[in-house]
Amino acid sequence: MTSDTTLPEAISPTDADAVGAAVDAALSAVAAADSLEALKVVRIEHTGERSPLALANRGIGALPGAEKAAAGKLLGGARGRVNGALKARDAELAELHAQHVLRTETIDVTLAAARGTAAAVTTGVAGARHPIATTSEQMADIFVAMGWEIAEGPEVEHEWFNFDALNFKPDHPARQMQDTFFLDGSDHLVLRTHTSPVQARALLERGVPLYVACPGRVFRTDELDATHSPVFHQVEGIAIDEGLTMAHLKGTLDHFARAMFGAEARTRLRPAYFPFTEPSAEMDLWFPQKKGGPGWIEWGGCGMVNPNVLRSVGVDPERYSGFAFGMGIDRAVMLRHGLEDLRDLFEGDMRLSRTYPLGGEA
Amino acid sequence: MPNVVLPWLAEHVELPADLTAAQLAEDLVRVGLEEEAIHSSGVTGPVVVGRVLAKSPEPQKNGKVINWCQVDTGERDESGEVVPRGVICGAHNFEVGDTVVVSLPGAVLPGDFVIAARKTYGHVSDGMICAAGELGLEDDVDGIIVLATAARREAEPDAVPAPGTDALALLGLSDEVLEINVTPDRGYCFSVRGVAREYAHSTGARFTDPGRPAPRGSAPEVPSPTEDGFAVEIDDDAPIRGTAGCDRFVARVVRGLDAGARTPEWMQRRLRQAGMRPISLAVDVTNYVMLDLGQPLHAYDLATLHAPIVVRRARAGETITTLDDATRTLHEQDLLITDSEGGSRGARPIGIAGVMGGASTEVTASTTDVLIESAHFEPITIARSARRHRLPSEASRRFERGVDPRLQAIAAQRVVDLLVEHGGGTADERAVTDLDVTTSPTTITLDPAAARRLIGVPYTYDEVHDTLEEIGAAVTDIADGEDRELLVTPPTWRPDITQAVDLIEEVVRLRGYEHVPTVVPRAVPGDGLTTAQRLRRSAERTLAEAGLVQVLSYPFVGPGVHDALGEAADDTRRDAERLANPLADDAPELRTSVLATLLPLATRNLSRGAATAAIYEVGSVTHRRAGDERGRPLLPDGGAYPGEETIAALVAAVPHQERHAAGVLAGTAQQGAGAAQAETVIAVALRLAAALGAEVDVVAAERAPFHPGRCAALTLTDGTVVGHAGELAPAVAKAFGLPARAAAFELDLDALVAAAGARDLAVGKLSTFPVAKEDVALVVDSDVPAGTVRALVTEAAGELAESVELFDVYTGDQVGEGKKSLAFALRLRAADRTLTASETAAVRDAVVALVGERVGGVLRG
Repeated sequence: MTSDTTLPEAISPTDADAVGAAVDAALSAVAAADSLEALKVVRIEHTGERSPLALANRGIGALPGAEKAAAGKLLGGARGRVNGALKARDAELAELHAQHVLRTETIDVTLAAARGTAAAVTTGVAGARHPIATTSEQMADIFVAMGWEIAEGPEVEHEWFNFDALNFKPDHPARQMQDTFFLDGSDHLVLRTHTSPVQARALLERGVPLYVACPGRVFRTDELDATHSPVFHQVEGIAIDEGLTMAHLKGTLDHFARAMFGAEARTRLRPAYFPFTEPSAEMDLWFPQKKGGPGWIEWGGCGMVNPNVLRSVGVDPERYSGFAFGMGIDRAVMLRHGLEDLRDLFEGDMRLSRTYPLGGEA
Repeated sequence: MPNVVLPWLAEHVELPADLTAAQLAEDLVRVGLEEEAIHSSGVTGPVVVGRVLAKSPEPQKNGKVINWCQVDTGERDESGEVVPRGVICGAHNFEVGDTVVVSLPGAVLPGDFVIAARKTYGHVSDGMICAAGELGLEDDVDGIIVLATAARREAEPDAVPAPGTDALALLGLSDEVLEINVTPDRGYCFSVRGVAREYAHSTGARFTDPGRPAPRGSAPEVPSPTEDGFAVEIDDDAPIRGTAGCDRFVARVVRGLDAGARTPEWMQRRLRQAGMRPISLAVDVTNYVMLDLGQPLHAYDLATLHAPIVVRRARAGETITTLDDATRTLHEQDLLITDSEGGSRGARPIGIAGVMGGASTEVTASTTDVLIESAHFEPITIARSARRHRLPSEASRRFERGVDPRLQAIAAQRVVDLLVEHGGGTADERAVTDLDVTTSPTTITLDPAAARRLIGVPYTYDEVHDTLEEIGAAVTDIADGEDRELLVTPPTWRPDITQAVDLIEEVVRLRGYEHVPTVVPRAVPGDGLTTAQRLRRSAERTLAEAGLVQVLSYPFVGPGVHDALGEAADDTRRDAERLANPLADDAPELRTSVLATLLPLATRNLSRGAATAAIYEVGSVTHRRAGDERGRPLLPDGGAYPGEETIAALVAAVPHQERHAAGVLAGTAQQGAGAAQAETVIAVALRLAAALGAEVDVVAAERAPFHPGRCAALTLTDGTVVGHAGELAPAVAKAFGLPARAAAFELDLDALVAAAGARDLAVGKLSTFPVAKEDVALVVDSDVPAGTVRALVTEAAGELAESVELFDVYTGDQVGEGKKSLAFALRLRAADRTLTASETAAVRDAVVALVGERVGGVLRG
């Protein structure tokens, strides 16, 4: 605070050297300011009403007309540089200040561990499971009870596992129908369109005989609406052994339907086409609790595993046969709970999950 | 997907007179043709033919002129005199004497438009004279439908329906149309012929195949190719996968067509019902025959063609203007129909084979001579071209599924016949071209017992044999003593049948899936859930029990999310895999952290009124593969084992993905500088690790998206960081619209699960000697973490320590500036004795000594 009484030395608005010196003085003062408070003082001293540059600027008015333009340009440039430096330094100091504040807020993050009570902590609000997660677990349990195992696989998958190994020919319309998300790049990566690539992986990793189910998340380029979602969930099953027939497929499906939906539930097959099964079938579920009375509901696809699939993974189709099936988990959840809009499952609203008792069946 | 029109279907297979579309759907689904929808016109009630008896124009105040008409709608009084009906009509495209369509009161038009007698323009209008659009028909005329003018009625009185005739039947509006879903293996069902065959399979009704030459002697016959046929050359120098793009090309010529000839009403109606738009006689006839038989056809204006036609692959950079007036740059794999304009052989593209014709040789209103193309193209070529040019046409849809290679001459003949009949032309019998190098389907050997073995139904030899004949296969019996096998040549319209199992499917399909018994298989004994699977379940349950609600979010993010999360420029989480075809252009990346998609869900819950958002998700994240792992386009053929090395390379090509568990705790009520939420989420993260049995330490860390002073890293005993928990940085909370002090965690669940097995859980024998409790308060510098002090206390107390818990933290005057007091409760117990007072005192002394030595702490006085 130097200048309340002493007027600064007057600078002529046409004296480029003097203006330059005043700018240099201002810039070094800006650089030297180490806090927002200090910078405030620098701003008043070097750009305030009584600063040398402001006074010189005021002097322009008294100049002869011919000199006004040059002086205006000189002073304008000078003041611009100083203001620019002030602004930049202000941002720097504000950031430093924010970081400083954050540091002053530092807490001891080890307290919870030191207390040794973390194992009992809760947020104080009621937690819940998502019905798709609990339904997946229940489905897995049913298969485990039948002696099956649960397999998993990656969601970003190689096209070969998702299509070629499953007898989807490269240019076949069936491959186009799957509405596939492709990854950037030319290396044949996709978001798996079904959980079936897990079948191929399981056969390669575990060999035969094989009885596995694979619940998981799958992807199709469907726009989100009340009945479609680009991300959804399937459970898929595959059994490969000696002497397996379509009768075993029907037996497994009926058993699974009863375990999921009660003693009256059953399934029915209709001819269909899937590249990885032959014969193939659409599966309908007799759903006793259907809204408006019991009835058939489309639930998934199935069939006898195509010999080409077995050949792809090095299993002898002359000796082994088997069946595969897949159904929507989301659809099962919607059926059971009378959910009307698929979107509710994916919007993350806590009220959805909280509908279902944490300790009970989904 | 194709529409089935019942009267049309009845031309090829016997249908019950009272067959409804719903019943047809039920019959067809049994053989695998699923119902997509049943379409009806939406018009019900009395809609009749009317004749205009009088028409008086009446100008209105609003400047419009309406017609007050008297119309004969077939009503007669007791003496047989016409009882005219007064109707107001706003259209002017008709005259007295014209035959029109009138909807009477009680009729309902599309859009639930109920017709009633109503007072308007000073009259009672007792019905409505209909325009095509009002009946849901193609609206190509401005004004009402004129079925016939007075002049036409005088010329052909029999061809014009009488007043009062039901107009719904006349216009095809009473027909129900069944839209079916055809699976990709049944291309032949994109035809009335194919659906009729399947209906016969389902019901046993009598089917007459229109796709086979008529018996000798019964006209019309298909003529043999002639020397003078229009010159066609097939010249495919770049077949895809070794198969030529075209193996059959039939060309026929019809001359002297009446350029003004119109497509008959019945054909237009059927085209509309099938979902196609009538265009001109030549085009309509080719479309009609395609819909009927499944053979795509094309009509060229013969006058514009220059022989020879050459079927060849496109050259790079070549272009064509297609019928839709779009100019398309061709690809070297596109198969083209070209002609030799200017004498240069194959110089001018006149069509993308099997996809769409060219504009330069299009049939126009002045065309009198046409050339009909009826060819057989290879599916892959057509599929790729249709995709490449985004032209999924009626033709390409059929070719890419496979067209019967024995159909071309018959289909061309049908077109010729229809053009001659309705267009007044003559078939040029000297100009018949048929280049045919198609091959017969490969014969398959089938052991009939294999059907029983795969299906579980004891089909007899005869059942298998007869079923295969029923689908049109040629079946030869080869018996060798007890062994009887079948040599089966599949029908030419079934290119999908290539192996024995395909034949077995036909057997079970036609014999009925309902006859397959139900047997629960006995699996080999399994090992139950794996340890990792059980631990992951435990993790999800633990987080719910800790007061978080499980949610599922979509894994798609935009590149801006990394800035919002405060990730530094060199943060590896910015290395995301991208989708080539994202649903939303602003979210093309796959998430590299679960919080990226979970934080917005916390915001959504708060904005929907939750006081606190407490959510978690267990889901996968994807890391971008390093540069040297990318760009290897490996894609072996399916159907054969590619070998261990290739399988390993395929597995290795998939980017690294791991399961994360992440959670958010954000409350609108949280104010000030309190760290309660940060401490809670750190504790929840520890609870999760504890539930899995993974031993973790907590250390202060700085990492996005967390507050630099309020972030804990969770580390395994070997120092591996498995995740972070703490308060979100203020800028991050702001960017996601979350309240200040919101807290979160994200843990690598796979790493935690893997670490869970490492801990020694041996307990030995539980001691029953009494516990000695000892409280120790230690004053240390305020920046010494409590966790460090606790570790020292535990170390010093040694194996006598059953538990060591921090129970009080004090800062203030009593301990002085820059200091804090940490009070620990020790529970001491020995395995073999009651501890004495001097033993517990020794523990206390050891604790104080070690803490003093390592971190300069002193016992609080």
